[in-house]
This record gives sequence, structure tokens and C-alpha cells, in this order.
Amino acid sequence: MTRRADTLGFEAVVIGAGPAGLAAAVSLRQSGIRKVLVVEREQEPGGILLQCIHNGFGLHRFSEELTGPEYAERYIELAGEAEIEFLFNAIVLDIMPAEGGHRLAVLCEGRGFLQVEAGAVILAMGCRERTRGSINIPGSRPAGVMTAGLAQKLVNILGYLPGKEAVILGSGDIGLIMARRLTWEGVRVKAVVEVQPFPGGLARNIVQCLNDYNIPLYLSHTVSKIHGNRTIEAVEISPIDGHLEPREKGRFTLTCDTLLLSVGLIPENELSAKAGVALHPVTRGPLVDGNLMTSVPGLFACGNVLHVHDLVDWVSEEAETAGINAARYLRGKLTAGRQVSVRGGNLVRYVLPSRLTPGDGATVSLRPITPAEDVMLSVRAGDRVLFRRKYRRIMPSSMLRIKLKDLPAEIDSLEVGFTPSPAGTPAGTEEEA
Amino acid sequence: MKNRFDVCIVGAGVVGAAIARELSRYRIRTALLEKEVDVSFGTSKANSGIIHAGFHAPPGTLKAELCVKGSRVFDHLSEELEFPFERRGELVVAFNDEELRILQTLYRTGRRNRVQYLEILGRERTLELEPELSPDVQGALYAPTAGIIGPYEFCFALVENAVANGVRLFLGQKLVWIAPRERSGFQVETSSGLKLESRFLVNAAGLHADEVASCLGLSDFKIIPRKGEEYLLDRRVGGLVRRVIFPVPGATSKGMLVIPTVDGPVMVGPTAEDTEDKEDFSTSREGLKRVFEHAQKMVPAIRTSDIITSFSGLRPVATGGDFIIGPTRIPGFINAAGIQSPGLTASPAIAERVRDCLLTQGLRLEVKPDFNPRRPAFPRIRELVEARRFEQVAEMAAKDPGYGKIVCRCENITEAEVTAAIRRGHTTLDSLKFATRVGTGRCQGGFCTYRLLNILKREAGLDYTAISKKGPGSEILDRSLNKGGQK
Repeated sequence: MTRRADTLGFEAVVIGAGPAGLAAAVSLRQSGIRKVLVVEREQEPGGILLQCIHNGFGLHRFSEELTGPEYAERYIELAGEAEIEFLFNAIVLDIMPAEGGHRLAVLCEGRGFLQVEAGAVILAMGCRERTRGSINIPGSRPAGVMTAGLAQKLVNILGYLPGKEAVILGSGDIGLIMARRLTWEGVRVKAVVEVQPFPGGLARNIVQCLNDYNIPLYLSHTVSKIHGNRTIEAVEISPIDGHLEPREKGRFTLTCDTLLLSVGLIPENELSAKAGVALHPVTRGPLVDGNLMTSVPGLFACGNVLHVHDLVDWVSEEAETAGINAARYLRGKLTAGRQVSVRGGNLVRYVLPSRLTPGDGATVSLRPITPAEDVMLSVRAGDRVLFRRKYRRIMPSSMLRIKLKDLPAEIDSLEVGFTPSPAGTPAGTEEEA
Repeated sequence: MKNRFDVCIVGAGVVGAAIARELSRYRIRTALLEKEVDVSFGTSKANSGIIHAGFHAPPGTLKAELCVKGSRVFDHLSEELEFPFERRGELVVAFNDEELRILQTLYRTGRRNRVQYLEILGRERTLELEPELSPDVQGALYAPTAGIIGPYEFCFALVENAVANGVRLFLGQKLVWIAPRERSGFQVETSSGLKLESRFLVNAAGLHADEVASCLGLSDFKIIPRKGEEYLLDRRVGGLVRRVIFPVPGATSKGMLVIPTVDGPVMVGPTAEDTEDKEDFSTSREGLKRVFEHAQKMVPAIRTSDIITSFSGLRPVATGGDFIIGPTRIPGFINAAGIQSPGLTASPAIAERVRDCLLTQGLRLEVKPDFNPRRPAFPRIRELVEARRFEQVAEMAAKDPGYGKIVCRCENITEAEVTAAIRRGHTTLDSLKFATRVGTGRCQGGFCTYRLLNILKREAGLDYTAISKKGPGSEILDRSLNKGGQK
């Protein structure tokens, strides 16, 4: 490539300075990697946490309840102490193979085009919100329809309200948090509408953000039409049938000048795909092994770019694992031993990592397809049961994490699945949802 | 009086835009009036973006004549005005004997319309050209001269070039009143109180052309809106087809198509449904179903789960069906009305016809020696990034720091491109979207809207609460949380 462009050399580069990127960078330094760079597209570190001014972060990690910015601040301080270098207002355009590692094409405000070379790269770009287009709400295309996360930024960072009367489609956590936030600021939140028969967000948010403010939640309903030419004037809400198709019976209309969408998050992996990283069809994040290494050697992934988390605490923990293993990789200590595939079995929407090394221990994350009660989670290698845990209740909104001790060396594959477990038998651990 | 013109064109859709650009070659004073906040924001921006070969319209109609004429000049036009255009060709695909017979009829129509290089292909050759077509296809009519185009980029380019050559553009000015002046010419007034005088009036008001005509007591045609819903698929499914794929045509339209776009993603649609409401741009569940049923029959790999966005447009269909172009019984008032498909293709030829009509009516047209036919496109880095030509990216960012700031990360649109568009008068979110593609990617504005609000505030001097999606009444923000007013 060009000689005119500045080339910077690092041992490891982390893409993204949100919770995942910060924890990964700190972990790299703590594992003895000296030259670590974090490339961040915004002008400061913290990521989406900065607009999450509500509390509830850090219960697992710090055993206290922090706001988003407070949680971010803990890691920003650690990063400062660890003497990590940052490149702000910078976008990674591409990742290409280079001698001894990877070369990143970076466009940075004030510095122009840069090349960054590093032996290992940790992907921590987070996720984006699903939009109106991806769920095909029929009707007109007025102002006042926006994703809940954008509304959160407009309210909490810019200090402006989108309207006076709102309806929220989707009961994801950001939508629930925004229902409460808007109510506090005098916006009338008329309804939260959820297409599934169960809420998309955490149970505590249903209670604290909707029930406490008498905001109605319509399960198994959807917004079937948007009305209004310049600004949204009303939404038509319909119950849905078994095929998620709206029904006429029970249909009603609510006037509103704002419709917020909280209909899911998608890991942002366009850059990963450019780098040749293989993606998981369900999570839409990279396929990784137990070391959180992707299909491209030296590229690791963690946080919401890997799979969408509901708690930031687990993002930090996962990112630390990625940092530790990237450091091991840089020292040539990551063995390229035999790996076996990990499959999701009964009731499992996805399980991660998708490959594990026999002999190693691992943290396994998974989400159920539907809510269920009194189930037994088991990890099997053929006929052999390696791990079991009973859950009183599982929800798609709550990710489950289990720690497996060293796997037996002779296994060929793993399957993680649920089986019914007779009610009344004692639940396994404190981890029940 | 300052606002005195020789020609006033009502409507800055593709027809008004092409007429304005054509007239900007001459030493006359031309005004271009548009009720929406930006050029092309009525029917044209929802156009499918196809430059048709010209075998659909019956011989002898204006549609047939002007389509074939217009189609020929696009290579030259795209060179002068630097809008995206590619001659990809179109295929009408047949699935049974009856449809194969209709191909023969279309072929004959095309020959009589003087469409060049038409060819009827057998099944194998058809599948060779487009391997993603259904294996049930029996044959196709192939028109290699057809093309695809960025429809709103074309309108923007025409108007920018017209304005650079002296045409006055009035945006957000809805015409409310026309009166003939005593000796000759007209006085017009807009909803915001702007008054213009013009010797000639060209009615290119699209959906509202019948209303404009009726301001002068003319009621010889009516415009019936015919709705078309379109669905844009994710870039991921990209090159499913290389050419525009048509079914054999139905009674009211050319049918629902699979359309490659100049930006990469595939578009499917449009539906064709007569409505009464000229403001009804809604899409429907039924429309979506119909579009995908038809599209999947031709290209089975198309999936509704790949939809990234959808929209609908209204075609201005005049009673009688053909274009209405020419003088009226009121001297100086000229119609360019009822311009539905293939209006975009025909637009350069429509412009010439209107020019000739003005000439016949007594307008003196003297060529400007300093007419500049060129309108350079504003350079962008998107294609360079995709092609990994980073050396050029580095050069551009070194020359203009604005190229070092990505505003829209999904489409790689830089601040240099956005501020340039704002300076050219695109000051709403939708205007910027159509002028630069900012916010058209997979996040659909989720990430860049916040940045755009700040850039618009700085560059256009707008308060946050004054920034809108598409003009007054569509503001993004309602009020500040800071009770003392804005920061």
C-alpha cells in the first residue's frame, strides 16, 4: 500500500472503546502486552454506556449498582492506569492480512488516513438496532419513528425530547428503559407492544419501567400500520395469530407523535466479514472457539459484536477472556490443538463458543428459544453427561452462562440442551433466572 | 420587479428538472417552482430507476416515441452530469406458451418503436445470462439497450446544472394561485406569499398537474394517482441479477420487476394500484405479499427477510393514458402532464418537445455562449473504500480534512460530502439522504442522525427543533429538556 500514509505498529489493536473494548485492552495490558491501541469512532471512550444514565449496571462485577457512565468510568480509569493508547474519531475501514499479523486501514479525524499493524486484533464493535425496514411495518413514512437507542441518545446526550405522546414497539430493554425515561420527562407513553407472548427485556425492567408507571404492555400484539404524512399521527395495533400475522379482530388505534422501536439488536460484523471472519447464522456474530478466536487466526471477538448480551457485566468478563487469550496468542502459547464442535440441542437458540478444545475449561453462553419452567440443562459428549444444572425458569431475554471444568480429552463433540425436570426437585445453583 | 421571468416551470420532478436544464442553454430567465422541500420529492424519488428500451408502449403514442428518443441520450447525459447510469439491459421472462406468444408481440411492438438490438432468447441462453432466474423460465425478450440509473441523483444533477446556468430554483413553494396578465403572461403566487411573473408557464406538476391546469379554468384531463410499492433488499444479496427482470406485462403496468440498482442492492416492485388520495404514500402488507410472490416466481432466491427498507410512490396517470405534452387553449400555458412510466426515460425528449413548443409560441431562444453542460459529481470515498483503493482515500483526506470524518459508517459517507450537500441547499434529513446516501444503509439513520443534527445546526444555522425529516411539520425533536431554551 501507499508509503505516504502513516503506519503505526502495535502488538495488539482493539476495535471499539465500549465496555468490551475497554475490558479487552486492560486485560491485554495486565497479561503483559506492552503496546496496545484502542481505535474508537466516537470522541471519547465508553460506548453506548454513556447514554445509559439509568442504574442497574455492575451488580455482578462490582457488587454495587452503577449507572452506565459510572460503570464505563471504572474501566476508563483502569485503561488510563494501564497506559493504553487511544485513537478517537477513528473508523476502521478494512482489515487485511499483513506480515506478522494484520493491517488495519483507518480513517481518523484530524489525522487523515492511517495504517495500523498489529499481531492480534480484538473485535469489539458492538451492535446496532434493528430498524423499521427490517420488520416491515406497513404504512406511511413520517417523522417521529425512530429506534429506542437513538431516542435515548437524543434525550440523554442532546437533551431534547422527540415528542409528547409515544408508543413503543418491542419490549427490549432499551425500549423499557425509554418508556420510564420519557414518562419522567412528561411524555405520555401510551403502550408498549410486543409481538411475542413474553417480554423481550429483563423481568426487573418490566416491573420497574412499566408496572410502576402503569404503562400497558400488549403481548402478542404488533403495530400493523403507521399513519401520518409529515409526522406520525397514530399507529394501528393488532393482535397476532400463530404465524405472527396481524388479525383484524381486536385491532385498535392509538394516536401518538412518536413511535420508538426496540425490536432487537444485531452484532455489527460488516468489518469482520471484510476480514474474512466466518459468522454464526443465529447470533450473526463471529464463530469462535473457546479462546474467543474467530476463524481468522489472530482475530478475536467479544461483547455485543460476538453475541448480544443483556448484562454489561458479562460483556466485561468475556472481553477479559479475549484479552488473556490474545496475549497468549501473541506469545505463541495458544495451542492449535484438536477442537470439537459445540451444538445447541433442545430449546437452545444458540450456544457459544461453537468450538472447544478437549482438555481445556471454558465458559459457555446460551439462550433458550422460549420461556420454560423446571428444566434441566445438560452438556453431553455422546452418551456422557459432563455438566448438569436445573433451572426453575428460563427466558429468552436472560442469557445463561455456565463454566465447564477441563473437558475430557477423548470427546468428539458436545451438545448443550434442556430436558424437562420434575417440579419440586431443588434447583441447582444461584444462577436460576 | 425582481421576480419576472420568461418561463416559469411548475414542479421540479424529473420532467421539470429536464425542462429547466434544457432551457438553461438559452438566454432567457427561467424559474423552477417546487412545493416540496427538495427536488424530486414528489413522484420522481420513488422511481424504479430504469431507462427503458421502449417496447412496452403502443406505436404511435408519445410514450413510445419519447421513450425511445430519450433512452438514446443517457450515455451522453451521464457523461456531462456525472450521475450513476449503466446500460445493463432488460429481460422480459416468459413461463408458458401463452407468455412466449406475448414476447413475440412485444418484440414486434419494439421493432415498430425502433428499439434496437431486440432479441428473443431461448431458455438456455436466458439462464446463461441470468443464472438466478427460476429454472421454469421458458424464454425471454432481451433488450440490451435498457439501463439503470440513480433517479434522484439524475434530478439533482439536472437541477444543479440548470441553477449553475442561471435558472432560479424556488423550493418549498406551493403554487396556490395563477392569473393571466392583461396582455400576455401570468402572475403566480405561492403559499408563502412569493409572487412571480412569467410570460410562459410550463405545467410539470406531476400528480397535481390537473389542479394547476384548473387554476386557469382548464379541465380537459384528470390525474389519477397509481400507487407503486417497492422493497429494497440488503446489500448482502447484491448481485442476484445483472439486468432488469420483467414479467410479461399486465393491463395497467409493466408488472412487478426485479431491479438491480446502481448502488448495488436489488429492488423489487412496484405494485400498481389506482387510488384517490394524492398524499397516500403508505405501503401495505398485501402489497408486500404480492411483490414477493411475483418476484420469487422469477428469482426464487429473493427473500422477505432481506428487506432493508420499503417505500411507495404515486404515478400521475392522466385520463387517456398517454403523456399530455403541448400547448393549451390558453396561450403561453404549456402542459407536460400525465408523465408516468416511461417518464424518466423520456424526460430529455419531453424537455426538447416543450422547448420546441415554447419556440412555436413565440419565445426567442438564443443559445448562451457560456452555457456549461458539465456538472461534476461531488467526489465520495465509498467506492474507493470498497475497492480497497486506500491510496486515493489518503490523498483525499490529506487535501480535505472533511474526508477524514465518516458520518455514516454503514455507507462510508464523510462530513465533506454532507457539508457540501448542505451548502447546495439540502437541509433536511431526507434531502441529505437522497443527496448523499447518508442514512440509507443497514442502521437506517440509527447512528448518524445524531451526527447529522449537529452538522445541520452548525452548517445551516438551524436550531435543533427546526431540523426536520422533510420540511415544516416533520421536525425530529419536539422540545429541549433545558427549560431555559437551547444550549
